[in-house]
Amino acid sequence: MGLKASEINEHIAWQDLTTGCEIYEPGTSRLTRTGEWRSRTPEWIKEKCKQCLLCAPFCPDASIPVTDGKRDEFDYDHCKGCGICIKACPFQAIRWKEEN
Amino acid sequence: MSIRERLSGNEAIATAMRQINPDVFAMFPITPSTEIPQYFAQYVADGKVDTEFICVESEHSSLSACMGAEAAGCRAVTATSSAGLAFMNEVLYVAASSRLPIVLAVSCRALTGPININHDYSDSMAERDSGFIQLYGENNQEVYDNYLMAHRIAEHPDVRLPLMVCEDGFITSHAIENIELEEDEAVKKFVGEYHPENYLLKEENPLAVGPYGISAYYMEARVAQAHAMMNAKKVILDVAADFEKTFGRKYGFFEEYKMEDAELAMVIMGSSAGTAKAAVDELRKNGIKAGLIKVRVFRPFPGEELAKALENCKAVAVMDKSEGFSACGGPLYAETAGACFNMKNRPLMVDIVFGLGGRDFTVESAKSVYKRLAEIAETGETGDIYTHMGQRER
Amino acid sequence: MAYNLKEEMNKQERFNPGHRLCAGCGAGIVCRAMMRAVDENDKAVICNATGCLEVSSFQYPFTAWNDSYIHTAFENASSTASGVCAAIDVMKRKGKIKEDTEYKVLVIGGDGGTYDIGFQSLSGALERGHNFTYFCYDNNAYMNTGTQRSSATPRFAAATTTPSGTESVGKKQDQKDLTQIVVAHGVHYAAQTTLFGNMKDFHEKAHRAIYTDGPTFVNVLTPCPRGWGYPAEDLISICKAAIDTCVWPLYEVVDGEYRLTYEPKKKLPVEEFMSKQNRFAHCFKKGNEWTIEAAQRYVDKKWEDLLSRCK
Repeated sequence: MGLKASEINEHIAWQDLTTGCEIYEPGTSRLTRTGEWRSRTPEWIKEKCKQCLLCAPFCPDASIPVTDGKRDEFDYDHCKGCGICIKACPFQAIRWKEEN
Repeated sequence: MSIRERLSGNEAIATAMRQINPDVFAMFPITPSTEIPQYFAQYVADGKVDTEFICVESEHSSLSACMGAEAAGCRAVTATSSAGLAFMNEVLYVAASSRLPIVLAVSCRALTGPININHDYSDSMAERDSGFIQLYGENNQEVYDNYLMAHRIAEHPDVRLPLMVCEDGFITSHAIENIELEEDEAVKKFVGEYHPENYLLKEENPLAVGPYGISAYYMEARVAQAHAMMNAKKVILDVAADFEKTFGRKYGFFEEYKMEDAELAMVIMGSSAGTAKAAVDELRKNGIKAGLIKVRVFRPFPGEELAKALENCKAVAVMDKSEGFSACGGPLYAETAGACFNMKNRPLMVDIVFGLGGRDFTVESAKSVYKRLAEIAETGETGDIYTHMGQRER
Repeated sequence: MAYNLKEEMNKQERFNPGHRLCAGCGAGIVCRAMMRAVDENDKAVICNATGCLEVSSFQYPFTAWNDSYIHTAFENASSTASGVCAAIDVMKRKGKIKEDTEYKVLVIGGDGGTYDIGFQSLSGALERGHNFTYFCYDNNAYMNTGTQRSSATPRFAAATTTPSGTESVGKKQDQKDLTQIVVAHGVHYAAQTTLFGNMKDFHEKAHRAIYTDGPTFVNVLTPCPRGWGYPAEDLISICKAAIDTCVWPLYEVVDGEYRLTYEPKKKLPVEEFMSKQNRFAHCFKKGNEWTIEAAQRYVDKKWEDLLSRCK
């Protein structure tokens, strides 16, 4: 079956690669922390949020988790800080974080 | 029990395909391989196979469709020639690096230009670095037998590489000869079923195929692929041994014809070997120690074994039926000379490019090669190492 | 079933974060929405043309996809998919996979891999009638190689191979109307959509396409912040401007019948779309006013033509 994606890294030998560089698991990209790319950070102002969820489908990085019909805090491990959600929100419940 | 029949090479391949009953056949017509899918279409129409037969809009697409089908869990096959194989070029490399054991029948034909429909190996030789295993047959029997062995070699877990079964366009593909066919059930039993461990349609886990490979992985992936090709050598011999046990016909990397004491040898491929064997027989009657090696497996190239087979020869002519435009010899010569380079006592060696675009190669042509080899052996001088034969000249 | 955003967002994500698309890339939004349109119990096989999405969503060993995925090359996503479709049929027939498992074959490529280099394989696969849905994320140029013009690039847009200059006002030709060409193949369903509102338009079209037998096609105008020259956060307003100016009309064609799915309350002038993007900046320079007039005339003509088909 070959290695799990989490065991494949830039130090393993050629014998340990999966045949044909196949992957046999779902969604292994989650292991990549694209949040590190972020230069600006969106901030969720919970009190202003009406849970309309209009932000959620527009996140290219699926970083607005929704459970039981309600959004939760940003997945900052993966949010790249594009800001689409800020403009998607009709209630100004997302803004750029003031950063030092 | 074998069945005596009379078939062309194309029909022999189509018959092998019918007996194997592959899951998917993606076809596109081109001379001279077209007959293979035509025969097969009739098998589909008559319910003799339950293959999904798709008529795509190009050779690029036929191999692409084979990739999709093979990755999905199927045995996928196609056939082509010449420009069609050249058009597949990009996908050949992708199929090999994706390690999808597709079997591709090639009726070898000259590449354009000028456009020409006759035989030489300019199409298959141009794809020698594609990562496909390449088996060549001298006649319809060998082509049929190679096809029966093809899936088992390609699909072996130590190999997992696509494979070309090459026949000579028109000479083999269209000429009707006697052949011993094996019974359908015996073929099915020999070839077996295809059960990949992972495939796109597997319920238990997904499969992702064809990633972007950054430099940190590309080298390792290529080394793994190179080793798969090295592994193919053992598998080819193992499958041949089982084939001999099952059907009685013996195959190796190459055929040695009267090589035991040969001083003058030709290294040649395909149907031309049959012609050259007639020349060897004549020369032997006159006491000339002529011999011949017919290369069956070009990829992986059996360099070590070939060098060993040539070690007692005085002079060797490598016969290239394709022009590589390297200005110093064709591909078969380059491989053979390279294989012999580290021998302690290597024979003198020349390259002769011949038979391009269907140019005749006769017993007399072959005899003239041995005559030249005799001169080389006697004088110790090769003369021009890279020459052409059979063309008109001023 | 009526579209319900909450229910849609409750679904398990089938296009995962950690992919390497640029911040604000519309293709990520497309892929998530495309996968939500596959019913939760159904399996999918994604066939992806080479491009931004491919190099970003499956960089060894990281796949963003939950479902099986295959990339082979740039121009052959549709023919690769043809093989997968054939495999589903034959493996079910031979009992190698379960008869009652539903597999949806989704092909996705950018405009380069769809309008241009992949056009032949797309046309072939449409003609053969395989059961797949093709999603084109049309970002109007070859973005993976750095914004070279494609046949989907609109007239007057600057691309790196059609730059503006003293002798140039960007691309010389109008966009190829691929959706109409697909319709001409006689497919049962084809549609144009983009990313706006609550994604209802996209979802309904994608779902209908995926659950219509035979080949179907969804053409998605997908903004690229880098290639189009706009701040990433403005994606929705760019898409909205595209549909309100009728630069990208929203419609669907069901068995040859055209249906307009969005009619702007007030059709806005094309400047509303063009002025938001740097690729059209030269059109607003003194002396180039004619380009905007010409762009408007083209949009008006196409819009009238579409309205006449929708009657």
